[in-house]
Amino acid sequence: MSSSIETLVNREYAYGFVTDVETDTLPPGLSEAVVRLISGKKEEPAWLLEWRLRAYKRWLTMKEPHWPNVKYGPLDYQSQSYYSAPRSVKPLQSLDDVDPELLRTYEKLGIPLAEQKFLSGVAVDAIFDSVSVGTTMKEELKAHGIIFCSLGEAVREHPELVQKYLGSVVPHSDNFFAALNAAVFSDGSFVYVPKGVRCPMELSTYFRINSEGTGQFERTLIVADEGSYVSYLEGCTAPKRSTSQLHAAVVELVALKDATIKYSTVQNWYAGDKEGQGGIYNFVTKRGKCVGANSKISWTQVETGSAITWKYPSVILQGDNSTGEFYSVAVVNNRQQADTGTKMIHIGRNTKSNIVSKGISAGHGQNSYRGQVKVMPKAVGARNYTQCDSMLVGNECGAHTFPYIEVGNNTAQVEHEASTSKIGEDQIFYLKQRGLSAEQAVSMIVSGFCKEVFKELPMEFALEAQQLLGITLEGSVG
Amino acid sequence: MIESYLKGFEQLASNGGSAAPDWARSLRLSAITRFEALGFPTTKNEDWHFTSVAPIAEREFDLLAPPAHRVTAAQLEPLTFGATDWHTLVFVNGRYDASLSSTKGLPDGVTLVPLTRAYEELPLLVEQYLGKVAAYEGQTFTALNTAFLDDGAVLHVGREVEVARPIHLLFVSDPSAGAGTSQPHNLIVLDRSAKATVIESYAGLGDGAYFTNVVTEVVVGDGATLTHLKLQRESAQAYHVGTVDVRQARDSHLVQFSFATGAALSRTNIYTELRGEGCGATLNGLYLGDGEQHIDHQTRIEHVEPNCYSREHYKGILDGSAHGVFNGKVFVHPAAQKTDGKQTNNTLLLSEKAQIDTKPQLEIFADDVKCTHGATVGRLDETSLFYMKSRGIDARTARELLTYAFAADVLETIEQVEVREALEAATLQRYTEH
Repeated sequence: MSSSIETLVNREYAYGFVTDVETDTLPPGLSEAVVRLISGKKEEPAWLLEWRLRAYKRWLTMKEPHWPNVKYGPLDYQSQSYYSAPRSVKPLQSLDDVDPELLRTYEKLGIPLAEQKFLSGVAVDAIFDSVSVGTTMKEELKAHGIIFCSLGEAVREHPELVQKYLGSVVPHSDNFFAALNAAVFSDGSFVYVPKGVRCPMELSTYFRINSEGTGQFERTLIVADEGSYVSYLEGCTAPKRSTSQLHAAVVELVALKDATIKYSTVQNWYAGDKEGQGGIYNFVTKRGKCVGANSKISWTQVETGSAITWKYPSVILQGDNSTGEFYSVAVVNNRQQADTGTKMIHIGRNTKSNIVSKGISAGHGQNSYRGQVKVMPKAVGARNYTQCDSMLVGNECGAHTFPYIEVGNNTAQVEHEASTSKIGEDQIFYLKQRGLSAEQAVSMIVSGFCKEVFKELPMEFALEAQQLLGITLEGSVG
Repeated sequence: MIESYLKGFEQLASNGGSAAPDWARSLRLSAITRFEALGFPTTKNEDWHFTSVAPIAEREFDLLAPPAHRVTAAQLEPLTFGATDWHTLVFVNGRYDASLSSTKGLPDGVTLVPLTRAYEELPLLVEQYLGKVAAYEGQTFTALNTAFLDDGAVLHVGREVEVARPIHLLFVSDPSAGAGTSQPHNLIVLDRSAKATVIESYAGLGDGAYFTNVVTEVVVGDGATLTHLKLQRESAQAYHVGTVDVRQARDSHLVQFSFATGAALSRTNIYTELRGEGCGATLNGLYLGDGEQHIDHQTRIEHVEPNCYSREHYKGILDGSAHGVFNGKVFVHPAAQKTDGKQTNNTLLLSEKAQIDTKPQLEIFADDVKCTHGATVGRLDETSLFYMKSRGIDARTARELLTYAFAADVLETIEQVEVREALEAATLQRYTEH
């Protein structure tokens, strides 16, 4: 590796601090009693407890999957705690009541929760370990009929909506980690956009894992009713710890007729140290369903953190003329491993999907793209375009591509393209002789490589993503 | 039905194959043990995800006996490309038939014999390579084949020898083949700087539901070049599993083409390992399916050493309710810097019920490489059809021409003139109404 490429990857993880708050944490272990206890703490109705228990029983019969192209030691589901909440959080308080310690934490993370300071145009639901500590801009959203709150609150305030859609896209029995999530999910965000409403601001959830020895199991549910539009952002960080923590979330999106949901993630969980000690195991099930005709779901993700990332934001294209999109940048450095991609299931007529995946591997990182494009026999006129490019920085990393293309209808047009390359010495040389430093040169080439994805991100996030990418790759080049 | 194979194995061990040397018999024994342990793969096995071998696994196949009636040269004529001067070994029901074979005119330094004779003529060579190139530890069908190691072709081309004329290994199953199985096992070894063209043909003379399970082990020495064609034209009811496993040494070249059109269920595995610097591998193929056919190809190119290239282009045309599968793996090891790999799979679906599952895969552990892959699936391009119609070509002819052109694109890469022209003619005839 050239000296110029090598100096680019070693900044410290800036979000690795721990907030010292008194917490109410369940002792480690998982049993039916724990599931009942979590449900009880959240004062849930009987149907939800029953759903959790069904999921738990199902989970007991399932085996942890090992087909992803990642390696990790055995997970002990009994040694971690499934519920941890800052003691100061009481349900339904106003933002003024939020523990100042927590507010300071979010400020440090660059997410000020106090309304007046807040970046106008974005509403935030802040999730700290297992609970939501506050949601901003609620009143203004209410004026439009938009519901944006924690899932726990939604269960109390809008049970009919939650009951109708919860588990409708990712059933409790979907897969091992989704079943675990359904059994013990603690909190998450809930969004409902009524008919014909265009959500006037970006909605956002900020996830923070703080406590040690806990897993985070949040569940997000977004429902866009007919003709509505919503753009949702998700960000996440965690303290630096030498033990690994499990994050098994579920995200369900439901787009009814003519609705559009845009879901963006900037994932920056703690990635573990250089030797691969600690870090978050990010095993997430994200899936959207284009239920109605002409609906659209678009996933954009920038994956820079986590020791292991294992997720496939998918779209079920059920309505005629519906569209699914997936834009992804996944960066692995040091000992990080990522097995990520998407699934596009074409069921309706004239459904379209577009996949752009950019993988960057540095250090000892292993990056896999795994994607499925499935055209069902009835999906007349389906169209898919897939592009997945990988970039390798250094000779100890790996880049892998596993696309599955299954076409059962001859009117479908499916294209898949993939390439793997490295940053050329000649490219760096060219930029250097134009007066850029090696580091700038590499970051320019990398951001050019990722441009197609970044342009899909909302503006504030695009900047953050750009910077994050620089941080993640720092020290891998030089 | 694993039991019927175990029974067949005992019979073979006690009579037919007993002439084999000790090492071959112990190889068979460990292979049958492995086969029994592995069992037939299910669709849960990632390598067989889209292909269920239940039709093979649930039937009982006896080892094929020599044909009841002699197969005549006239019966083979449609399969020999009109060539009279090729070096040909013919196997009927998996057994060597000397009367139909001809190896005259082979240059000095070349040995082309059936396996039974290779034990005597090339004892060291066969002992060195048989069962060593195509590992059977993880592969059910290779283990099964190795367990029944009894007949097949052995070719050895000595240093710097060039075999000008093609060598044709023709495996036919006669009309009496019924529900039997043949398990031919071939070995091709090219020494340093040798050059040869080998054509392996598999065909049925009747319409039996027989099962051919073949393994070909290939060693291409330093600077040697092997052109290898595998033509699968089995009967419509038949089952075919064929594995070609190649080891390439420094600066060697492999030009491989797989043509598959026969059999109710077929699986072709083409594997090559580029174990020296400066190697090249070209893997092309064409699969044509209709009716209820299931045609599966799996290829694996392992770039082990630096500065090698690989080119792969597979095309398929599927009609009726045919189901095509393509799984192409390109694996670049950490040391294989400067690898240049390119892989393409295009499938044309002619009917509504035809389907294709394609899985091009790249696994890359080296950074200074250039690797791409691409896959497309679709029907005939509307714009091309429109263009041709606007030039006065009627819709049917335009469709036929475009279908043929789609296939011809990859058939053109076959250097061997007789084979290329015959396959082009057959394809043209198949896709034009007459």
